[in-house]
Amino acid sequence: MKKTLFYAVLLLITIAAPYLFPDYGTQLATLWLMIIVALTWDMTGGQMGYNSLGNIFFYGTGMYVAALITIGMVHPIGEYTDASRSELMLFTEGQYFTGLIVGSLGAGLFCALSAVIIGYITFGLRGPYFAIGTLGVAIAAGELVSNWDWVGGGQGIQLPVYPGDLDTGKVVFYFLFAITGVALFIFLKWLYSTRFGAAINAIRDDEEKAEAMGIHTMRYKLTAWALSAFFVGVAGGISAFQLIHFEPLETAYQTINLGIFMVVCVLLGGKGTLWGPVVGAILFHVIKEVTWNYLLGWQWVALGALIVVTVVYFQDGIMGWLMHNKPEWFGMRVEKKEQEGTA
Amino acid sequence: MSTIIDVQDVTKSFGGVLANSDVSLQVERGGITGLIGPNGSGKTTLFNSVVGYHPIDSGSIHFEGQEISKLPVQKIARLGLLRTFQQTRIYGAMNCVENMLISMPHRKMTFLESFGRNTAEDRERAEMLLDFVGLYEKRWLRSGSLSFGQQKLLEFAMALMNEPTVLLLDEPTAGINPTLINGLIDRLKRANSDFGITLFIIEHNMRVIMNMADTIYCLAHGKLLAKGSPDEIQNDQRVIDAYLGAH
Repeated sequence: MKKTLFYAVLLLITIAAPYLFPDYGTQLATLWLMIIVALTWDMTGGQMGYNSLGNIFFYGTGMYVAALITIGMVHPIGEYTDASRSELMLFTEGQYFTGLIVGSLGAGLFCALSAVIIGYITFGLRGPYFAIGTLGVAIAAGELVSNWDWVGGGQGIQLPVYPGDLDTGKVVFYFLFAITGVALFIFLKWLYSTRFGAAINAIRDDEEKAEAMGIHTMRYKLTAWALSAFFVGVAGGISAFQLIHFEPLETAYQTINLGIFMVVCVLLGGKGTLWGPVVGAILFHVIKEVTWNYLLGWQWVALGALIVVTVVYFQDGIMGWLMHNKPEWFGMRVEKKEQEGTA
Repeated sequence: MSTIIDVQDVTKSFGGVLANSDVSLQVERGGITGLIGPNGSGKTTLFNSVVGYHPIDSGSIHFEGQEISKLPVQKIARLGLLRTFQQTRIYGAMNCVENMLISMPHRKMTFLESFGRNTAEDRERAEMLLDFVGLYEKRWLRSGSLSFGQQKLLEFAMALMNEPTVLLLDEPTAGINPTLINGLIDRLKRANSDFGITLFIIEHNMRVIMNMADTIYCLAHGKLLAKGSPDEIQNDQRVIDAYLGAH
């Protein structure tokens, strides 16, 4: 009962937020993006013990795939992205929204598939090697795309502007991210309660033991990463439309910004928990925006200090700290067997 | 009784160290087979070879008539041939019930079934087995906080949860309080008689192995030294010499 009320209030805040703070529409949308990438990072990093630094690959690839699907359905892609193009290439309202929906979902599917392929190669690596290997994939992808003229090269891609009132557009993008985020949260809440959830936890805690117990480790690892990549891909697709213009190195495959932020969010909130990434993402986003406003010039120093302090002194994050200090809140207790036969 | 694990002329060396040399032995279906030998005689190496932990240099290993010496660990485990570790391995961050539920036999599930939740029967079975090894009261505690002996019992319960055909136990009583050992012997015997699990056990504690096993093999310096019933082994001069260092 208390829980239902709690979730109802949260849902209400989610729906009301863009109307209560109309000036912060884009900020709130970005907050949902942070929550999505943090939750998906935690699927492999927190729940499965595979710390990927390359999840940003799916974000960037999602952007490109969504944009290319949208453009490709209407215009020849090569001509559209040609830097010397002088003629106007327009989209109708219908084409825009079809592209937004089909493109984002297509981006998700493409990313899920690429996660299976990349995972098949990189899941042979363990620990820090996996982190570096996946980081390499993301950096290489950014460099490759920036040299690929057919998809716009280093200039990136220009998508059509939201057709209609721009303020309405901000609310629409807020809700697209919010719906994806809520769907992801509900999906994970279910997923972590299944045998699959238990199996990826087993891989995190002792993969050799999991193998020795006959768990299909490779299959589960690939599935977990593909599911995670699907949601990042969808979020990337929505981002492409929200940003209108994006380019490969700073926006799409932004390994040093969003690619690291998602990890910090999870560490701050507490990895391997459902709420940790959400709490961490909110806290991190607020801290980041506050330092950008009030410590301008020093914002990267402040953020760096936050990362160092979190990693060195506060590795378990907020939820981990709570679990350690209040284990009884999480049901860890000695429970005697009920006496049988006594009334 | 028929042979379930058939090891033929297995040789395994690590660099210049010959850990197993032409070892042949048979484990009978439904029985309890023991493997003894002084430290460093190659017992754990042989176990590791059987479960596919490392490739063997020559020889063959058959499980239920199927050649398994070239299969990886997971595939062998999925055939129903399970092992416990000498250095206990459990999932320390989770509580005991979660440890048990993770050990559900995934080989008996389809991919879609793995997205199902554990049923009430699964939980009941987990709690029944925890009760069986005497960890019922501690079932909600983080398993990493249990004592070493209790972790061993938990690992044993997890192995039973997996419903194996054959269970290879690497020193199940090492590190367990002597007063608990009698209880453990009893439980191992019941796992064999009540659950029908074939046991293949490495053990240093002679009282334990002599009490349980139908057949005992003795290794020394990587070679098979003797085979026989507990009585025969106890009275075999070569075995006594090996333990006293006459070799």
